[in-house]
Parts: sequence; structure tokens; C-alpha cells
Amino acid sequence: MKKYEVVTSISYPKKGAMGKTGSWRVFRPIFDKAKCVKCLRCWIFCPEGTIKRKKDDSIEIDYDYCKGCGICANVCKVKAITMEREAKKK
Amino acid sequence: MTVMIDTGNYIAAKAAVMAKPDVVAAYPITPQTTLVEGIANYVASGEYKGEYICVESEHSAMSACIGSSATGVRTFTATSSHGLLLMHEMLHWAALARLPIVMCNINRVIGPGWNIWADENDSISQRDTGWIQFYCSSNQEIFDTIIQSFKIAEHEKISLPIMVNYNAFILSHTSMPADIPRQKEIDDYLKRYRPQWNLDCDNPITFGNIIGTEHYEKIRRAMQDAQENALRIIPEVAKEWKKLFGRFHGDLIEKYHCDDAEYILFSMGAIGAESKVAIDNLRSRGIKIGLARVRTFRPFPAQEIQNLAKNADLVVIDRNISIGYEGALFTEIKAALYGKSDAKVSGFIAGLGGKDVTFTNIENICKRAIDGKTKGSTWYGFEGAN
Repeated sequence: MKKYEVVTSISYPKKGAMGKTGSWRVFRPIFDKAKCVKCLRCWIFCPEGTIKRKKDDSIEIDYDYCKGCGICANVCKVKAITMEREAKKK
Repeated sequence: MTVMIDTGNYIAAKAAVMAKPDVVAAYPITPQTTLVEGIANYVASGEYKGEYICVESEHSAMSACIGSSATGVRTFTATSSHGLLLMHEMLHWAALARLPIVMCNINRVIGPGWNIWADENDSISQRDTGWIQFYCSSNQEIFDTIIQSFKIAEHEKISLPIMVNYNAFILSHTSMPADIPRQKEIDDYLKRYRPQWNLDCDNPITFGNIIGTEHYEKIRRAMQDAQENALRIIPEVAKEWKKLFGRFHGDLIEKYHCDDAEYILFSMGAIGAESKVAIDNLRSRGIKIGLARVRTFRPFPAQEIQNLAKNADLVVIDRNISIGYEGALFTEIKAALYGKSDAKVSGFIAGLGGKDVTFTNIENICKRAIDGKTKGSTWYGFEGAN
């Protein structure tokens, strides 16, 4: 990684450069593996790269960085992802 | 070396092209001046070989310059009055990103009422953007300052954008002779720009990213340090220029008959040049008066002003006004002297809206100040009086 003398807002793209952005989340995506047909639309559409694709094309959600935008739930054709409010009263 | 007799704008265009910027991005329509038209002529003749981007507004012009400079190439633009104001947001951006863009601003009136003559309120209102500000008083100085500005802006201890200001019409549209060095001499003087950081596909970085409070302060502090470095480096560059090209327009301040002066007149821009005639006339009548023409409004030459105020009372002429208070240079000079000097300082507002400020007017201003007939800030020649 190259270091610069000048002080301005430059950063290197790396995981968690802005901290654990998952803490911003209001709605949490819940993944139902039984319904998933492995089409990977959620993996393609997630703007933050927090849907992890596994070897067998099933997926896993990285809650450390998922901001809860809900795009994955919206694009899922079989409703295998649903959004639930964080800290929901049980 | 050749002598070019032309307007301030066309001489500025010549200087910009000789500095070989890789990109010029500019908006072509009023309040833009003939400067960018001059550069367009050099594109047509093949003398300018860089990218010339015609954009749809001044906000876009500065945005394009930021993008260009961030990729690590030399960048130039020019604007005036309302165009400068439309750039305001991006001026902060360029300075905070530490991009050494050089821009000419032709000081023109802000409307309404509509008027395109000389007035410095446009650039004075950009004081706090972090840009270094030069004010020129002749076409030769415009040429020399533009070339020097690339060296200063791109200096590793500065890395800030520079605004080269000069008064509309009095300089921008008035022909004067200027010595133009050979291209080889400029090339030797101005080496290829080596950026400290740049956007590069092979070494990706994020530029202008979100940052926490603990880091933001450091950026502001580093800009302040860079401006303070400029206080030292600008005089060095001026001295080197004198050695190489034999011309000197002053460093932070141009001093004229200041050594034995009991009174010193402060002004900026074209009024500074006119003031020399007034100083000669007043001296011929036995008044020990000198002129200090402030070339850099930012960084502000506080130390030099304190030195000048040791043995003299000061008279300040502003072709601008911070509405609700007084002329900007007047305020800054008094602030520089606070607790360090007992010198009397008289302030005058003159020449707003491009009104002529002749050497006779300047002599009258000085005489009024010397006679002690002023209180705080005075409007000179208001409604044709005096």
C-alpha cells in the first residue's frame, strides 16, 4: 500500500474501511434456505457485496456490513429472503 | 524572448498555453472573458496540444478540473464574477482535495445591477475556500504570475489551487507590452507535474471518501500549514524568477518607496499600479509616503505588514466591501496589527462597479488620511463627490 505525504481524504478500498456498517441496519434480511433456488439474483444485486456465494451456489449474508436496504428481498423471485425489523419485540 | 503587445486576457492565454496544461476546462459564455477564447485560438492553430473541454457551466468547469487534476495532470481554467460564484462549492472541493489547479479570475462586478467592470467583491467572497489568491497590476505581472503559480501550486510543500486575479477592462481588455520568454525557457523552469497522489486504475484508491471527525481536522490543519509554507515559498519563487528572467513584481507585497516612509498606502490589483503615480506626485511635494501593493490576499502577509507599520501610519484602499462592516483589506490589516503596533490605519472604499480611481483620486485619499480627516471606513468619491 502506497503512502502519500499530502493530507486529504484518500482511502484504500478494503473490507470495513468505514467500520462495521451493519450497525446502520434497521431491517434485517432473513434467509430461508429451504425456499432458495440458487438463482443468485440477490448475490448479483446486493450493492454492498454482503451476500456471500458459496461453492454450491447457496448464499450467506454478512451481517457485519449488510445495511439492510432490502434489495435482496425485493429481487428474490421465491421470497426466500424476508425483511424483519431489528430488535423487534418478541 | 519576444515582446507581445496585447490585452491582459490574451497575454494570460499565452501564459496558460506555454505552461502546457494537459487539460483546460472552461465555460465559454459571459461572464467568461476573451481569455478562454484566446486559448481556443491556440487549439485551432495547434499551439495548444492538451485537452480543451467546453463545459455547460462554471460549476461543471471546476468539477472537470478537479477530475482532471485528480488523475495527476496539470490543469488550468479561467472565470469571472458570477462564474466564480457558481464554482463556489467546487472551489472548496479543489482545495480540500489539495489539487494544484491554476485559475485566472477576472475581477468583475456582481449583479444586480448588471455591469461588467472592475470590482473585487467576486474573489474576496471566495477568501475562505483555501485557494491561494494573487492580485496582479500589469499584463506582464499576469504572465509571470500564471507561470509562477504552476510552480507554487505544484510545490510538494503547498499542493493547493491558485487563483490569479486581475481587474476587468483596466487590465483584461487593455493592451500593454509584455516580455514573453522562449518556450524552452518555460519548459526548463516548469518541469512536468509530479502528483503526490492520483487516481490510477492500476493502483485504485477512493478519493473524497467519508471520514470520521478525528481525521477531518487534520485535513484543515494541513491546508493551513500549506498556506503558511506558501508565505515562505512565494518569495523564493519570485526571487528565482528575477534571477532567471530579470523581472520582479514584489513577493507577497510589492513595496515602493517604503524605506523612509511616514505613511504607507495599501492597495491591491490595478489601483496598486495607479498608486505609484500618486506616490511620485506626493513625494515631489515633500510628503514621505510609500506604497505597499498586496499581491497575496491568501496567504495573508501579516508579518510584512507588521514590519511596514513599525514607523508609518497606514492608508488602505479597497475595491470591495464586506457589507455590514468595511473593506476586506482594511479589516485584515488592522487584525494583523492588533497588539503589535500603534499605527493609525485609515480605510477607504473606492472604485466599486468599475468606477475610475485615478492618481488624482488616490492623492486626495492620501491627503485626507494624512490630515486626519477620516473616521474608520470612508467612501471616497461617492456620487461623484471629490
